Amino acid sequence: MKGSGPITRRGFIGGTLLAGFGGKAFAQGFAGLGESADGFASVVPGRTFAFPADHGPHPEFRIEWWYVTANLADANGVAYGAQWTLFRQAIAAGGPQEGWANQQIWMGHAAVTRADTHRVSQTFARGGVGQAGVDAKPFHAWIDSWEMRGLDPVNDDNIAPLQLKASGSDFSYALRLGAERPLVLQGDGGYSRKSLREQASYYYSQPHYKATGILTIDDKAVDVTGMAWLDREWSSQPLASDQSGWDWLSLHFNSGDKLMLYRMRQTDGQHYGSGKWIAPDGKTELLASADITMTPLAFTEIEKRKIPTTWRIAIPRRALSIECTPLNARSWMGTSFPYWEGPISFAGSHAGLGYLEMTGY
Amino acid sequence: MTNGNPNVLHVAGLTKSYRTAGEQVAVLRGVNLTVAAGESVALTGESGSGKSTLLHLIAGLDAADGGEIRLADAPVSDLSDARRAELRRDRLGLVFQQFNLIPSLTVEDNLVFQSRIAGRHDAAWHRELVERLGLGNFLKRYPEQLSGGQQQRVAIGRALAVKPLLLLADEPTGNLDEDTADEVLALARDLVTRSGCGFLMVTHSARLAATLDRQVNLHAGVIA
Amino acid sequence: MKRALWTLAVLLSHWRRHPMQLATLLIGLISATALWSGVQALNQQARSSYDRAAATFGGTRTAMLVARSGASFPQQLFVDLRRAGWPVSPVLEGRIQIEGRSFRLLGIEPVTLPAEVGNAPTVGKADLQSFMTPPGAMLVAPETLSDLKLAEGARPEANGGALLPPLRVQPNLVPGVLVVDIGIAQSLLKMPDQLSRLLIGKTAGRHAPLESIAGDVLRLVEPDAETDLERLTDSFHLNLTAFGFLSFFVGLFIVNSAIGLAFEQRLPVLRTLRACGVSARMLNAVLVLELVSLALIAGLMGLVCGYFIADALLPDVAASLRGLYGAQIPGHLTLKPQWWFAGVAISVLGALAAAAASLTKALRLPLLATAQPFAWQQAQRRWLTYQSALALAAFAAAACFLRFGDSLISGFAVLAALMLGAALILPMFLEFMLSLGQRYARAPVSVWFWADSRQQLSGLSLALMALLLALSVNVGVSTMVESFSRTFLVWLDGRLAADVYVNAANDAQADEIRAWLRERPEVEAVLPGARADTQLAGAPIEVLGLPDHATYRDNWPLLQSTENAWIKLRPGNAALVSEQLARRLHLSVGDRIEVPASGGNWPLDVVGIYADYGNPKGQIAVNFAALTRRFPEIPLTRMGLRVAPDKIPTLISALQEKFALGDRNVADQATMKAESTRIFNRTFAVTAALNAFTLGVAGVALLTSLLTLANSRLPQLAPLWAMGITRRRLAVIELLKTMSVALITTIFALPLGLLVAWCLLAIVNVKAFGWRLPFHVFPTQLLWLTGVAMAAALAAAALPVIRLARMQPASLIRIFANER
Repeated sequence: MKGSGPITRRGFIGGTLLAGFGGKAFAQGFAGLGESADGFASVVPGRTFAFPADHGPHPEFRIEWWYVTANLADANGVAYGAQWTLFRQAIAAGGPQEGWANQQIWMGHAAVTRADTHRVSQTFARGGVGQAGVDAKPFHAWIDSWEMRGLDPVNDDNIAPLQLKASGSDFSYALRLGAERPLVLQGDGGYSRKSLREQASYYYSQPHYKATGILTIDDKAVDVTGMAWLDREWSSQPLASDQSGWDWLSLHFNSGDKLMLYRMRQTDGQHYGSGKWIAPDGKTELLASADITMTPLAFTEIEKRKIPTTWRIAIPRRALSIECTPLNARSWMGTSFPYWEGPISFAGSHAGLGYLEMTGY
Repeated sequence: MTNGNPNVLHVAGLTKSYRTAGEQVAVLRGVNLTVAAGESVALTGESGSGKSTLLHLIAGLDAADGGEIRLADAPVSDLSDARRAELRRDRLGLVFQQFNLIPSLTVEDNLVFQSRIAGRHDAAWHRELVERLGLGNFLKRYPEQLSGGQQQRVAIGRALAVKPLLLLADEPTGNLDEDTADEVLALARDLVTRSGCGFLMVTHSARLAATLDRQVNLHAGVIA
Repeated sequence: MKRALWTLAVLLSHWRRHPMQLATLLIGLISATALWSGVQALNQQARSSYDRAAATFGGTRTAMLVARSGASFPQQLFVDLRRAGWPVSPVLEGRIQIEGRSFRLLGIEPVTLPAEVGNAPTVGKADLQSFMTPPGAMLVAPETLSDLKLAEGARPEANGGALLPPLRVQPNLVPGVLVVDIGIAQSLLKMPDQLSRLLIGKTAGRHAPLESIAGDVLRLVEPDAETDLERLTDSFHLNLTAFGFLSFFVGLFIVNSAIGLAFEQRLPVLRTLRACGVSARMLNAVLVLELVSLALIAGLMGLVCGYFIADALLPDVAASLRGLYGAQIPGHLTLKPQWWFAGVAISVLGALAAAAASLTKALRLPLLATAQPFAWQQAQRRWLTYQSALALAAFAAAACFLRFGDSLISGFAVLAALMLGAALILPMFLEFMLSLGQRYARAPVSVWFWADSRQQLSGLSLALMALLLALSVNVGVSTMVESFSRTFLVWLDGRLAADVYVNAANDAQADEIRAWLRERPEVEAVLPGARADTQLAGAPIEVLGLPDHATYRDNWPLLQSTENAWIKLRPGNAALVSEQLARRLHLSVGDRIEVPASGGNWPLDVVGIYADYGNPKGQIAVNFAALTRRFPEIPLTRMGLRVAPDKIPTLISALQEKFALGDRNVADQATMKAESTRIFNRTFAVTAALNAFTLGVAGVALLTSLLTLANSRLPQLAPLWAMGITRRRLAVIELLKTMSVALITTIFALPLGLLVAWCLLAIVNVKAFGWRLPFHVFPTQLLWLTGVAMAAALAAAALPVIRLARMQPASLIRIFANER
């Protein structure tokens, strides 16, 4: 990631996929991505979203993901985190081809986190043959035996209820996600800027899921309940050449408010930040870079990298000043392209739970 | 000369030099020497005086730089390598300090070796030599199974078996203790007298030299 | 430490005075290390390529799922298994023809390919996008690229006109394999949505039972640590190793004699050092240090030589393995670091072993020289008795191995024990012959000649033993090769009875060809042929269908048979069995076997056994019509034609033109024979080369022994010279002595070599390949080898003898000199 500098929130997955098989040769071919979107559709402001169609894939764009994070607890109050991600990347532009000629490559990441352990699994697939894919109606996203499936009857505006399943060699989970409130368009009506230049993505979320289900670690199953957050994002040219990584948070306040925050770290030491406050009544407020202060407080060394796992976050405009601590400071995603992603809790002016993702360290 | 018999060895004006460490060293600077038949002569001199060199030249083992060597009346110095070998085989007997027997052959085979290759084997003379040298019980043994004195007796026997004109010996008793040395030398003198050949012996022992008919001393490359 | 260095300096000064001895020691170590490590390099190269083959996209190293039927299966099963949590990756395999040559085409799916398919060429380092998207890329080994005579990036055309993806070189790929994306493979092989197998990744996870997803269509094949190729080629590599070991052994002979001599000559120095207060332990430590340093230097030099030997032999080894076992070995030598370490280690260990006796002596060295040495006669007698006792023990061991052993290893053990025994008894034999000579000698020089030869025995015996071993192995191997060659050619005549062989692309084309051939008057008969693959006693076998035709009855070579064996084949309840299969399963004529066929087991009576040289698989031959009834699905594309001889070329060119058949698919008998013979000849090229090397090393052993002896012999020769034997004559005598002991050794080696040949033919070959060849003796060859041995002895003796003839009298006089 260093040097090649691909960034928006999770925009690195393009790099991840390629690093997974392509190594250097591919990464070099891929470097052009930052310059032009050769043959792919562009992200422009003012798009009108349509559901359920937008729950499905947008193969005319280069990259896309379906991303769920869940803060869970068992009957004894033991905290857990769960992550389910399906990434799509097109290796060539043009209309989707049949069978093996299909240009899509899919990657799944799944993880569960407990204070004392963090389990990760990763899988890859090619599109066109049925090993992985997403159907918009009825909603169904899958790779291998992992899936996110709309349960009958599914409300397309809420994208709920959903059945979420994944498993690795030493963990598995099956969760039911329900939501009463509608999904939220991020950024400016779903147009999410990632830099002062043109880098942007289409981005919407469903932050309101209530989750129940079973989580298994080392063959020990526990019933869990909690909150979950879905992110949907797609883009073709999300990368700024001077960005080295990002720090992203999704926060569930005890008050019922939700907050999405990110800052893109630039190689010149500056940051481009953005956020969205979602009030319980559904009102949202877009937060600009100047509104947000994010300060690392403590670092954890993982695989010879220094990762800021404790943060102070201040948004004076909303009278927010909190300190975020990880459930497990070693929530390291040791996948083909490694990053840190795990559940956190926060206290201060506000309290609650959330998820933190950090890339590019 | 002293005994009136004809000379078997006549050496005149013999010179020889070696190149050692890039330097020409004159070892012999005009040596004159005669040995008559039946005469025994001791050649003495300090270490490095050229005694052995002179003996080797007389034996035809090496070629002189100048001067003359005659055995009986045959010139040795001008002969080819092969002719010199023939001369050694037929007319000379050689005895060395280290005995130089042929280890793979028995005492008997060693004794007859030279006389046989020279075609001059004389069974009666052979028997006499064996008897006089006291080797009768050792004929089937190998040289290394004999004592030093015994080995040198075999060497003397081998050298005399061919009935040479001249017996040349280079410190023949150098490896023997005094008693054995005296005994072996007495035997040699005895046999030389018996066969009537000349006897030239290199030695550094004045005591042994005194037992021979005549002593000559090599000093600074000439015989005094 | 300082004392040790001083001691070392004193010891090393010896070599400066005796450079020839140092050279001898180094030559011995170098030749020991060179051939051994050369052979090891070849073995390592071959083994790693078997590994590569085994690991390549579902060789036997990876667990996999295959169709029970052995055929391809629908791609949907792959998706279903993935969706059920199975970490599988699809592979499609087929054959494709380029310029008439057949290649193995593998379609892989790089995205799901298990990471553990470790040294297999994953797309990891290449361009994934261009590999997967049209026109894709076709990965080939560098060897395949040069076979195709194409440049990287070129797009070859398959037979049938399909344009193949651009070639891309993948250095660690197995030669003869073309790797493309699965989708491209499906379209090239015209097998849409079909797969040959599924590789199973090692990532453990929960997954549903196989039957619940795939029913009984697929079966699991567990990974196999040892590959089929390894099993098949074991004998070949054992053979190479045996040669390597032999020359290592011979090399150590040289080392042993050089070290022994150096030790003897340094005894006074060692005594002086001890007297000066160097402890025995320190002295020994320094001696070992000196030896190890020399061995390290020589080991490295030997390794470099070994590399070149291996590099020179590799093409032939590769050809042999391809011809014999179908194993693909890349033609470029790559060596692992272990090889260098092992090579240096074997050099050091060899040197220490060769020096063991001398070192022990040094450790026990008494301070004062013992006054009375043993008489050489007595010492020699004791030594001869001791060696002969050892020889008898070795012979007894050989007999035991022969009687009780039943494996390839025991076969080689018989050979090793036999040769060791023969080598040990050689000095006794020579002593006997020489004393015989001495007894009948009259002239004193000839008495001395024999006596002195006897005395030299102990010094020369090691070199002569080396010569004996090298010669007898040469006799043995060349007799075997010649026997094989003769038998093989006669056998080939019988097996290739038809005049023209045709292999059609498919059944439809075969029908067309048959119809066309019926119209040709010059075709006297069309003999259909077919081959089915099945298993017998857990191993794959071929079932050959032979039509009931006089061509086979008259020509097919049978080793054993019942009466009217060919008539008994007709009803389809009898079979002929290949010799190797009969030996493996202990079958004899009259036994019954049950062969798994498509419709159930097929009971067959064994009515004959035939030779099937060079085939690693077991084979049975049955009536053609019966085979097609039992295996209805096999392609009927092969046929043999009987044609009037003068019409063959025109018929072949007509066939090629009309049906677009390549050289590989239509060939006349002469071409097939030439091809088989060519493969055969290359098979033994390596053996012949190693043979020559071994003889060369033995020659060097003889030379170095003579050179070292030459110096110590001066005191023995000088008195003879003093007594009037010229140097020239002495030189001639010395030469004659060497030649005569070499001749006696050679004479001893001939029967031993024939015994070795018999062991190779009757024990080793049977165990290694499963066939036994008739034993022939080839007198001209024996004569030729005798000549070679004498030439080697002459070459070895020449240098010391020439030196003696030209020696300055001063050097000889020095022997007598008391003063300097």
